[in-house]
Amino acid sequence: MTTPSLNSSVARAFSRHRYNLLDLVLLGAAVATFFLADLYLALATAVLIMIVFALSLDIAQGYGGIETLGHAAFFGTGAYAAGLYAMHVSSEPISGLFVGMAAAAVVGLLSGLAVLRTAGLTQIMLTLVCATLLLELANVAKPLTMGDDGLTGYSVAPVLGLFQFDIEGRTAYWYALAVLVLVYAFCKFLVSSPLGLTAQGVRENPTRMALLGVPVRRRLLTLYAISAALGGAAGALSAQVNNIVGLDSLGFTMSANVLVMLALGGTGRLYGAFLGAIVFMLLADRAAALDPTNWLAALGVLLIVVVRFAPTGLSGCLARWTNKEGTQ
Amino acid sequence: MTSTLATFLSLAVDGIAYGMMLFLISVGLTITLGVMRVVNLTHSAFAMIGGYIALWFIQRAGVHFFLAVPLAVLATMAIGALLERTLYRWVYGTHGLGQLLMTIGLTFIITAIVKNLAGTQLQSLPLPPSLQGNFSVGPLTLSVYRAFLIGASAVVAFALWLGIERTAFGARLRAAVDNQRMARCVGINVPAVFSATFAIGCGLAAVGGALGSPMLPLEPYYGLKYLVIVMIVVAVGGLGSLRGSLYAALLLGLIDTLGRYYLPALGAFVIYLAVLAILLVRPRGLVAN
Repeated sequence: MTTPSLNSSVARAFSRHRYNLLDLVLLGAAVATFFLADLYLALATAVLIMIVFALSLDIAQGYGGIETLGHAAFFGTGAYAAGLYAMHVSSEPISGLFVGMAAAAVVGLLSGLAVLRTAGLTQIMLTLVCATLLLELANVAKPLTMGDDGLTGYSVAPVLGLFQFDIEGRTAYWYALAVLVLVYAFCKFLVSSPLGLTAQGVRENPTRMALLGVPVRRRLLTLYAISAALGGAAGALSAQVNNIVGLDSLGFTMSANVLVMLALGGTGRLYGAFLGAIVFMLLADRAAALDPTNWLAALGVLLIVVVRFAPTGLSGCLARWTNKEGTQ
Repeated sequence: MTSTLATFLSLAVDGIAYGMMLFLISVGLTITLGVMRVVNLTHSAFAMIGGYIALWFIQRAGVHFFLAVPLAVLATMAIGALLERTLYRWVYGTHGLGQLLMTIGLTFIITAIVKNLAGTQLQSLPLPPSLQGNFSVGPLTLSVYRAFLIGASAVVAFALWLGIERTAFGARLRAAVDNQRMARCVGINVPAVFSATFAIGCGLAAVGGALGSPMLPLEPYYGLKYLVIVMIVVAVGGLGSLRGSLYAALLLGLIDTLGRYYLPALGAFVIYLAVLAILLVRPRGLVAN
């Protein structure tokens, strides 16, 4: 946005919100993953779901400047709503996905009324409190959510009535990929829409935007609810694919992890969600198998290094690097 | 009737003791946050460090409880000052997200180090005989430890108030908070004041972590587990307000203790509901600056 003339096409890809070669590469990689990483489809599906979740956080944090440490509230709400819907109403997955999104959007609207009145640490605290409140609610409402044991025992019908979820996770992968593509297309549209552009203005200077006549609070609330709905979609996907919803879907670790992913990838650029989620999930999967304790320390070091040397994340680094290459 | 009242009173005392311990753990964060505007998610990890160092002094070095705690506080202050001089310096100028991530990262590192050094079991400081047992006041039975905790916290609160309102350092600190540029102009070494303040904040956390360990046992995930409650106390009190932190800690301690007893089905839900309600009515906390 503020970057001067960019020559390299890759750098252009990073700085604009139009479709380009990079999108094609990402889609190609996703399709190739299906054929090459046959044994790791479950992990690949988990990565796709976390990309959706990181995209939803990027909308609120990266584009709206809303500081949040409780984004799991929306993931968990979407997951529980979709799980309960599958158990008690209908096992049809696509309507379940929308139920999860709607439930999360309602939570986003209600909590947004409180969260968006504040800024800075109080805002962070309020998001954290909202997520913890929901966690305790899910813990207390044992007859409904089964508490610690997690919500299980529901089944999900074939997607569109055609594609049955299989044990190898092939349907799950394509289903999650389809949802990701739709969510991504929506995000692309959103961030260059009037709402997305004013949100970025509010992020930079709320007072000036208010003076320009922008109803700041209302715009942010809309953005927050949309972000919540997308987070709910990620949660609903997770519930349908894994056939279980645990309390950890509402936990602090979930909120912190997605924040870490987005920061690793770079906030305020949609590609950051992709890069961050892929790098984090693959590293976490390998490292946690080898040594969970020291992985935590390594993650901590990685975070500090990113904050110190790459405040714009991996995608920011890539964009800067390709930009330099391009101008030579 | 009298037994109902006695139950309520002993619950209230428990709640006050719990609240005072929350105050001890969180007051350091109130100070560093209010002064330096750093979102320090590592704060409760400093409480854990203080607790573990005190434990080490008692178990391995055979130091008496009442000497081990001050030693642990000094050691934690040194660690805090060192980290402030190195890591925290980087993020003063950055946005909230950078501070959030840096301090989360630091908490992860400390958690992993503690897990490697001390193992995963829950531990607490062995209380000296003088702090064990109960004494009775009329129909009430009070634990000596809880009474000591309330007394110690009251002393800390009073000393803090005295230090900030009545000493030259406190005056410099207040000047640095009110107007950094002006404070620099009149010759106050603002970075040094900040380092000292940060160290004091860490030391206070260590007091809370060590003295509170019978209530909040030490474990490697302490820093993450009790982070929420510490941040809540600070936010409900009003950022940077000592008085607010005290009120908030007492209020939340009471609500949590009474809520868990009278509404056991709702458990920990009550306190978060109360926090949400308070922050909805007063977004800037009980005592807004």
